[in-house]
Amino acid sequence: MTDKPITTPEPSLRAHSPEVSAARARRWGSFYYAEQVLRVMRNYGWSVVLYSVGQPVAYLFAMGVGLATLVDANSGSAFGGVSYLEFVAPALLVSAAVMTASGEFSYPIMDGFKWRRVFYGPHASPLIPQQIASGHIMASSLRFLLQSVVYFAVVAMFGASPSPWGWVSALVATVAALSFGLPLMAYAASITQDKGQFALVQRFIVMPLFLFSGTFFPLDTLPLAVRWIGWISPVWHGTELGRVFTYGMDEPPLLTIIHVVFLVAAAVVGWVLVRRQFVKRMGS
Amino acid sequence: MNRPTVISARSLTKAYGDLTAVDNISFDVPAGESFGLLGPNGAGKSTTMKMIGGVSQRTSGSLSIMGLDPETHGPEVRAHLGVVPQQDNLDEELRVRENLIVYGRYFGLPLRYLRPKADELLEFAQLTDKANSKVDALSGGMKRRLTIARSLINEPRILLLDEPTTGLDPQARHILWDRLFRLKESGVTLILTTHYMDEAEQLCDRLIVVDKGRIMAEGSPASLIREHSSREVLELRFGSERNATIGVELEGIGERLETLPDRVLIYAHDGESALEQVTARGLRPMTSLVRRSSLEDVFLRLTGRSLVD
Repeated sequence: MTDKPITTPEPSLRAHSPEVSAARARRWGSFYYAEQVLRVMRNYGWSVVLYSVGQPVAYLFAMGVGLATLVDANSGSAFGGVSYLEFVAPALLVSAAVMTASGEFSYPIMDGFKWRRVFYGPHASPLIPQQIASGHIMASSLRFLLQSVVYFAVVAMFGASPSPWGWVSALVATVAALSFGLPLMAYAASITQDKGQFALVQRFIVMPLFLFSGTFFPLDTLPLAVRWIGWISPVWHGTELGRVFTYGMDEPPLLTIIHVVFLVAAAVVGWVLVRRQFVKRMGS
Repeated sequence: MNRPTVISARSLTKAYGDLTAVDNISFDVPAGESFGLLGPNGAGKSTTMKMIGGVSQRTSGSLSIMGLDPETHGPEVRAHLGVVPQQDNLDEELRVRENLIVYGRYFGLPLRYLRPKADELLEFAQLTDKANSKVDALSGGMKRRLTIARSLINEPRILLLDEPTTGLDPQARHILWDRLFRLKESGVTLILTTHYMDEAEQLCDRLIVVDKGRIMAEGSPASLIREHSSREVLELRFGSERNATIGVELEGIGERLETLPDRVLIYAHDGESALEQVTARGLRPMTSLVRRSSLEDVFLRLTGRSLVD
């Protein structure tokens, strides 16, 4: 028990005025919320790091070394003149980022609105819903970027990125993660009842995108009936763009531009929908 | 009243479709007052709090907090407030002390202020030895105190408390009341909702009794009791079968008679002499109790229902 008064007269210990709080929150609020998300992530930081390193090592070893010995012996020039390891590495990098995004932008959003209602705490502070959304997106993007940089480093160690521009593929993976993740986040923010929707998203959207986005074989080897999956897939656009950077894949410049426009447009539209959905859910 | 008004509501209304949760209510709260909204669950108390806190839009009427409209100046209004919501929404994955620091960051407060402030507030909330515990290891009462400590991180002059002690055991409630009373003494304006009459009596200078979104009465706890009830109440139990029919035999004793399923209440200035009259009529209640009138009686009088169903 203590009888200390709660307002301390020492000048160094005074909070700044509400006017200053509001002005700072209006300006920097998204960053303040991102800081919270990163602090929470730090709690499971080791599992993030181990996952970021372990996953590429396992996948590259299995696909790029194990499977590749068979593929390279029989493929001729099916992969545009590069080894199977080089072909598959950027696809795995992009897919990993997209899969992480499918986690960060689904369950935590439900948690924020419904399960533990973590978004409502900051909303009682000067932060506005749009900033809470942006903060979550910014912190998650940082995670995708760090994971992709680590992934790329492993790719480079496997000698699977001959081009000096290969590192750009880590940025591509981050943008691809957002172009898939932000529309998903907008959807997650619109759900009020958990009826297993996220498990369905994993099984019927994330998995098909992973398998049919030119990940393990070129998209044009697929029949037209399923090839369209690739065309609307952030994984395909990201993978193809990644290949341009890691080994200089030969494709028409217009197609490269389409990849960039597709990825950026999906992310921007997603972000707009997310903001709208957060305001709808929480007020202003 | 010469203290400045910090909260002013005029014809405040909130409707969800056909349901009018808050129906045309008006009140003013001067600085430093401890103001309560007393009413049963579903009376519209939390909805009113959300509108004051600038997180729910009103349907009509006007509302001003520190001279600002929470609808157009949400961040500015919320920067003035400390908010203790009905449901704790602490960061369960962060440690106790970190919860306070993270929350302070939302106000743009620097760490050199937040670190000592967090320690001071943990002391105030009697959680110093839990500073590095995970939130999910805390008891319900501790979580509530942490939520209150968190709401004070920006040194607000107005504190909104929505059902601050619901779900807590009696000892935890008393600790919390003591903390809130200290805040009140330090000049913080408290706005609290409760469906506990004892809480309202302990903490509120003035309150409004709300039912179905409307204000039924307004005043200090003492004046409400004076106005709407007798000084004392005689509570009699005749067994659940007889309670309903005994009313006729008790007629004429006290000022007013209220028959509840489990007991009969006789409102009288002098409870003991009312009890003498009862026994003089040859009636033998199983138990009898004389007590002072409370806000519960006021609510019963105004609405015909108990506060806690």
